[in-house]
Amino acid sequence: MRATKFVLIAGVALAAACAKKPKPADLPPPPPQPTQSVPAQPDTPPPPPANDAVTSTRVPGSAGDFRASTQGQMVHFAYDSYELDGPARAILDSQAAWLAKYPNTRITVEGHADERGTREYNIALGARRADAVKTYLAGKGFAAGNIATISYGKERPLVEGSDETAWAQNRRATTEIGGPTG
Amino acid sequence: MIRPLLLALLLAAPAAAQLRVDVTQGVSQPMPVAVPGFATPAPAATAAGNTAALGQQVAAVIAADLKSSGLFRPVGQADPVPFAQTTAPAYDTWRQAAAQALVTGAVEANPDGTITLACYLYDTFAQSQLASEGFRVTPAAWRRAAHKCADKAYARLTGESGYFDSQIVYISETGPKTRRIKRLAIMDQDGANHRFLTNGQNLVLTPRFAPNQSRLAYMSFAGNRPSLWFYDATTGRHQIVGTFQGTSLSPRFSPDGRYLLMSLIRAGNANIYRLDIAAKALDRLTDGPSIDTSPSYSPDGSKIVFESDRGGTQQLYIMNADGSGAHRLTFGQGRYATPAWSPRGDLIAFTRIGGGKLRVGTMRPDGGGEKLLTDSFADEQPSWSPNGRVLVFFRTPSGSATPHLMSADLTGLNLRTIPTPLGASDPSWGPLRP
Repeated sequence: MRATKFVLIAGVALAAACAKKPKPADLPPPPPQPTQSVPAQPDTPPPPPANDAVTSTRVPGSAGDFRASTQGQMVHFAYDSYELDGPARAILDSQAAWLAKYPNTRITVEGHADERGTREYNIALGARRADAVKTYLAGKGFAAGNIATISYGKERPLVEGSDETAWAQNRRATTEIGGPTG
Repeated sequence: MIRPLLLALLLAAPAAAQLRVDVTQGVSQPMPVAVPGFATPAPAATAAGNTAALGQQVAAVIAADLKSSGLFRPVGQADPVPFAQTTAPAYDTWRQAAAQALVTGAVEANPDGTITLACYLYDTFAQSQLASEGFRVTPAAWRRAAHKCADKAYARLTGESGYFDSQIVYISETGPKTRRIKRLAIMDQDGANHRFLTNGQNLVLTPRFAPNQSRLAYMSFAGNRPSLWFYDATTGRHQIVGTFQGTSLSPRFSPDGRYLLMSLIRAGNANIYRLDIAAKALDRLTDGPSIDTSPSYSPDGSKIVFESDRGGTQQLYIMNADGSGAHRLTFGQGRYATPAWSPRGDLIAFTRIGGGKLRVGTMRPDGGGEKLLTDSFADEQPSWSPNGRVLVFFRTPSGSATPHLMSADLTGLNLRTIPTPLGASDPSWGPLRP
């Protein structure tokens, strides 16, 4: 048994050694001698480069996919309130449906308030709004441990302006894929 | 010749006992005070300039301080007096200028590189000295010596303690409303010696001075983890207060500096906690699902006024310092927020929200005597001067403009803008410096 193995191994080694040695027939041919003394033709211009532009495209489970697949990232609230009304719940239901397809996604819910209140209370009100959205999504089956919350109070309004239209837009909670936007 | 003398005597006798500003009511007739340029026994170079020039500058700071209180009106020449007159005033000159009091003195360079400010206060009609003190400082701190002299005069003439040698910490604001850049900043109460303490990279809010310590606490969104931070003015270091479960905000020191109150938000619920700073021990003071925030200690440390919406809307409540015995304070129209207990203990300042406005006001600690001091789109977060006489707050115009700091005295008079390099909000008035 031992003798057979030895021969086999030796045979393999011999074959490998033979494969490495270059044969004379493999060498490249010598370059051709020039036959005329005419000016060399200009090089043909190289073909234009292939199109190397990069296009962003939506892929499943991404933030872009989330935005496109749901009724919205954002829900709004009445003055000094953190209740989710019908339209808000419809938006959150569409978010929950998407999140159900991607249960390992980590999201951050950001809560905001309008400017018509004092600073510290508005941080707490924004936190209530973020927590209301978190509770709702968790109730729809998304893991609460994957939902971070942060409140910006009145510090990050979406729109400037001191009228009811602006204030209504600023009273909001947004669902972001990943971490807070700052 | 006798008549003027009799007149002078008649005026002199009562004036000596009663040269005092009534600070209990609104003062519509400020007391005329002369603050001529301070003298120097011998002009000498210092690290802050020649003592003669400093004498002029010192007088300007004192005059501005006294005028800013709304209780005094500088009169008479601003030129410096001869050194001899600082201890033997030419009373006739000042009476002719209708000054009832004279603040005068001198700046002297000391061999060790420090300077001494000699400060004298005289009753010009009684022709008597009311107060005198010397203040020795490094030249770079000459403004503090001037403020101390102004405080000395103020205290003697009003019967209450001064507030000029103090600082204000606040949040500097710039940029569009949707993306404001905010920086922690500090300055003397008259706007001098302004410094930025953070660089604008992180959202920072609501700073507070520690009493008797050169330390601040503030809220920062650094690392997207809204938390409380300390700033140590002696080392220039910033340090997170602690890692608590939940968002921490609304820092307030106890009068003895031992505790830091804060709100902690857990699962959307904001309650007030008390941190023993040295022991790093946290106690919960409020409970329940309401928002409890913006606390303020009484000056004796026994009680805390705070805001809570446990009754349905933002209102003021008072509890004992251990969290027991909470009872509601406000029952008026509108919502009440950001209470600040006066260092004198007699008043609680607040922001009232109602009628489409935020307005600053005061009330007694029993909830009565409510008085609104301002009337604009949004005035909020009053903070008391160290002597409990003046409130600094910030005003936000409607629209896109940045807010700015303002002050008013507790009678509602003397509304002034406090100049800052950029927009400004969240002011906190520090203690009288030792």
